[in-house]
Amino acid sequence: MVVFTKNPVFSVLYLIITFFSIAGHYVLLNAQFLAAVHVIVYAGAIMVLFLYVIMLLNQNQDTEPHKSNMVKFAAVICAGLFMVVLVGSLKGTDQLLQGHPSPDSGYVKNLGKILFTEFLLPFEVASVLLLAAMVGAVMLGKSEKQSPKA
Amino acid sequence: MNPIPIQYYIFLSATLFSIGVLGVLYRRNAIIIFMCIELMLNAVNLLMVAFSNYLNDAGGQVFVIFIMTVAAAEVAVGLAILVLMFRNTHTTDINVLNRLKW
Repeated sequence: MVVFTKNPVFSVLYLIITFFSIAGHYVLLNAQFLAAVHVIVYAGAIMVLFLYVIMLLNQNQDTEPHKSNMVKFAAVICAGLFMVVLVGSLKGTDQLLQGHPSPDSGYVKNLGKILFTEFLLPFEVASVLLLAAMVGAVMLGKSEKQSPKA
Repeated sequence: MNPIPIQYYIFLSATLFSIGVLGVLYRRNAIIIFMCIELMLNAVNLLMVAFSNYLNDAGGQVFVIFIMTVAAAEVAVGLAILVLMFRNTHTTDINVLNRLKW
């Protein structure tokens, strides 16, 4: 649905439905904190950003010239073969997994304990990455007329 | 509680990832290509949460948080580049952007 809809706005809406169902899967997998974060970050922030850019660029009608049928056919074949390879290579993994899931591994307490002890340095690096991305986005999105003056 | 077999999550993640690959190959609108990249990242996240649950290791979920961070940064910068590109070429068609070839 995300791929084959002509209108990009509908594509974004289908993607939001997909993200909510993935959040439901996180709840099923005992990752409640991740489900909440996923809904906030993806459905809240990223999708609003996508919709805003689509509206800003005035893309909400079908103006897209389509690829030739040959390229489409090749794309479908490639994706299908890729899926066959993925499924085939991951087929034997169920013998590796003998552990039983613990019901509280996804709560904020355990997750925060691991995040701030074992993964403290990557956490700080991620914050620096977010800052760099923010500055970069502002620099890129700035209007062109001010740049010769500075 | 009867847990869902991890095979189902593997199939679901592989399907989601393949849909993302199909979208990147199939469409020419750069916004939709970004969305398909998001779809692929989410497939990886889902598989990582599933494995971290079945292996009793919360490190996988921490990694999912980092992947989300990187995805958010990537979308912000990518959409800024997209706005800039639209300002220059007045289209989001990626086939227009073949000037780096020469």
